[in-house]
Amino acid sequence: MIYRETGQFKTTYASDQQLFPILQDRIFVVAFLAFAFGAVPFIATDYLFRAILTPFLILSLAAIGLNILVGYCGQLSLGTGGFMAVGAYAAYNLAIRLPSLNLLVVFVLAGLCSTAVGALFGIPSLRIKGFYLAVTTLAAQFFLDWAFARVGWFTNYSSSGSVSAPPLLFFGHVIEGPVEKYLFVLSIVCVLALAAKNLTRGAIGRSWMAMRDMDVAAEVIGIRPLYAKLTAFAVSSFFVGIAGALWAFIYLGAWEPLAFDVNRSFELLFMVIIGGLGSIVGSFLGAAFIVILPLALNQFPTALGIPISTATISEIELMVFGALIVFFLIAEPRGLARLCAIGKEKLRLWPFPH
Amino acid sequence: MNGKLRIKAAAVALAAAGGLAWAADAAAQAKEIFVPVLVYRTGPYAPNGVPWADGFVDYLKLVNARDGGVNGVKLSYEECETGYATDRGVECYERLKSKHPVAFSPLSTGITYALTDKVDNDHIVLITAGYGRADSVDGAVFKWNFPLMGTYWDGADILVQHVKKKGSLKGKKIALVYHDSPYGKEPIPVLEELAKKEGFTLLKLPVTHPGVEQKATWLQIRQQRPDYVFLWGWGVMNSTAIKEAIAVGYPRLQMYGVWWAAAEPDVLPAEQAAKGYNGLALEHSAENNLPIHKDMIKYLYDKGKGTAADKKEVGQVLYNRGMLSAMLTVESIRTAQAKYGKGVMTADQVRWGAEHLNIDKARIKALGVEGILQPMHTSCEDHEGVRMARIHTWDGSEWSYTSDWYTADYKLLRPMIEQSAMKYAAEKGIKPRDCKKEM
Repeated sequence: MIYRETGQFKTTYASDQQLFPILQDRIFVVAFLAFAFGAVPFIATDYLFRAILTPFLILSLAAIGLNILVGYCGQLSLGTGGFMAVGAYAAYNLAIRLPSLNLLVVFVLAGLCSTAVGALFGIPSLRIKGFYLAVTTLAAQFFLDWAFARVGWFTNYSSSGSVSAPPLLFFGHVIEGPVEKYLFVLSIVCVLALAAKNLTRGAIGRSWMAMRDMDVAAEVIGIRPLYAKLTAFAVSSFFVGIAGALWAFIYLGAWEPLAFDVNRSFELLFMVIIGGLGSIVGSFLGAAFIVILPLALNQFPTALGIPISTATISEIELMVFGALIVFFLIAEPRGLARLCAIGKEKLRLWPFPH
Repeated sequence: MNGKLRIKAAAVALAAAGGLAWAADAAAQAKEIFVPVLVYRTGPYAPNGVPWADGFVDYLKLVNARDGGVNGVKLSYEECETGYATDRGVECYERLKSKHPVAFSPLSTGITYALTDKVDNDHIVLITAGYGRADSVDGAVFKWNFPLMGTYWDGADILVQHVKKKGSLKGKKIALVYHDSPYGKEPIPVLEELAKKEGFTLLKLPVTHPGVEQKATWLQIRQQRPDYVFLWGWGVMNSTAIKEAIAVGYPRLQMYGVWWAAAEPDVLPAEQAAKGYNGLALEHSAENNLPIHKDMIKYLYDKGKGTAADKKEVGQVLYNRGMLSAMLTVESIRTAQAKYGKGVMTADQVRWGAEHLNIDKARIKALGVEGILQPMHTSCEDHEGVRMARIHTWDGSEWSYTSDWYTADYKLLRPMIEQSAMKYAAEKGIKPRDCKKEM
């Protein structure tokens, strides 16, 4: 009842094609953003900012990137960790070798470096599909792991292999403290999520979805597979590269190549699958599931005051987390985004039964 | 049926989101000093992490049970599982930060690197006894890091000193089998410097985490036949390395492990076959009958309050090291209380305490650790305190000392430490303190 769009007549094409056609949706999104920007900085604790919100936002950006590739274009990729590493190390090298560059410029250039590398490793997608492509991207992951561990230039010849980010200079102001970092990341993620949503709604997004659904038919009607697949890899790597740079500079501060290993790639793939393939909202939901749930499970027994050893808590966390993944995928194979969509559908009738 | 399952799924999702509300910060105990314990009791590094954690927690419990706390102020502690992963370590740090901890001991060089950036802003002491950044000896740049008892640069130098005694190293080959992480890469600058000085060739053989894939590495060693192998491993990498050495027939007598690669979990899987394996003994070996151990048994294990699952763990190599780590944390608190009054100490005060540690022979005897700790003295420019170690060898069933005390060559290492520290200070925009003014 509340969610019905009765009385909302669209009189222009622009209003019909807008991002949130239903008024209630628009109100909800504006209220949510106002809450995230205006209220959360004052009410959340330091721990929530540093350990929960910031990693959640950064990984949801990476999940958006991977969703564009896997969900919208159907190209299975296991090299996301490596592309995040490219973004992180590119940003590091730019920041220390050209210290006068603005932080945003550093991140955008790092994203472009990641775009180049992603497009390069996307070339095999023109000949191979499905799981075989996954293996090629896995090779990319291991190659990039090796490159950042062995080639001294990338880590500025650091003896320990560990590098640390320089101070974050943003228009003369140093970004430090959890609230500033949270707001910075939130702004970047909002802008890029909007860009991703519009890309997927445009011609390029439709060409990706055509390639995903039936690539031979798409080629027959005139969609160029080279263009579609390489742009998917390029745009996806741009998002993932910026996410990697944010992860390294803002969340970790100091990192080694292990921070972007194959486990990170799998983690992002799980986020996308559980959140919902081919959905921007799904990327956020999947990231929340994978980032926040293990931490909540880990702290649940201690918060309740139950005296269990940390080892037992870790094992229980793994088991419960795995069981929840299986449960959600059986209940709704199309992910949490589909559950949300069904919820919205039910809201149209609620509280009436029909 | 499908619809009901979906509703249940949505309900579980909401419940899980609500569970997040439980992750609230607990109120800090105002009357106790909080010491966080970052441990790994799960994962591939657990065999070595568990005895260290047991020793650390046991000592904190002992101080409360036997002495009634540090000068009457009890210690409270909380374990947090990191699994040796840097991001989990950072999350544990953020989680426990709200309880006003005085000092963190992350037991991971990777986590130490990540936390070094944060402790400067948060004002929390980072005690990395026997590990951590080698350049953090320079307290002028690293105000909050304390690599007490020794760093990997000291270990590398002492190992080279020891093998040099067996004969000149000119023309010889030394292989470094190291864990491909900041921990394993730490000794490389010193070993390269010494290779130039002494004339030996250094063969660097990295092993990827977690370290169970070493067949290729040891085949290379069989081909190259180095005169000595230095093992810089951790967790299952150590026991795998020794088993692979046995498989390719490399004599264990020529293998030297750093002090984190020379403990019971590393040699027990191979038992008698690992006979002759040598390792660095950082201050202590597997002594288990000193007054401190007797106190552990009397006050904790006889009353069923010990942390270790098996009483036999008391006195093992890594147990002793965890115990000494906790002891140095407590001594820092005690030193701070001597200046600031016998109450609850803040992290700033404990930092002062850690920087002015003066543990002499009399104090060592009073602590009950005579024989496993050398007198140490920290200062603003020397956050290490002491840099001595011996070699101990496994004879199939126990460890025994096979060398005298060595002291690391500070004249060689200090310029390298300062250079590395200055580079860090320049990168991060830190202004180094003037140690002469502070004294």
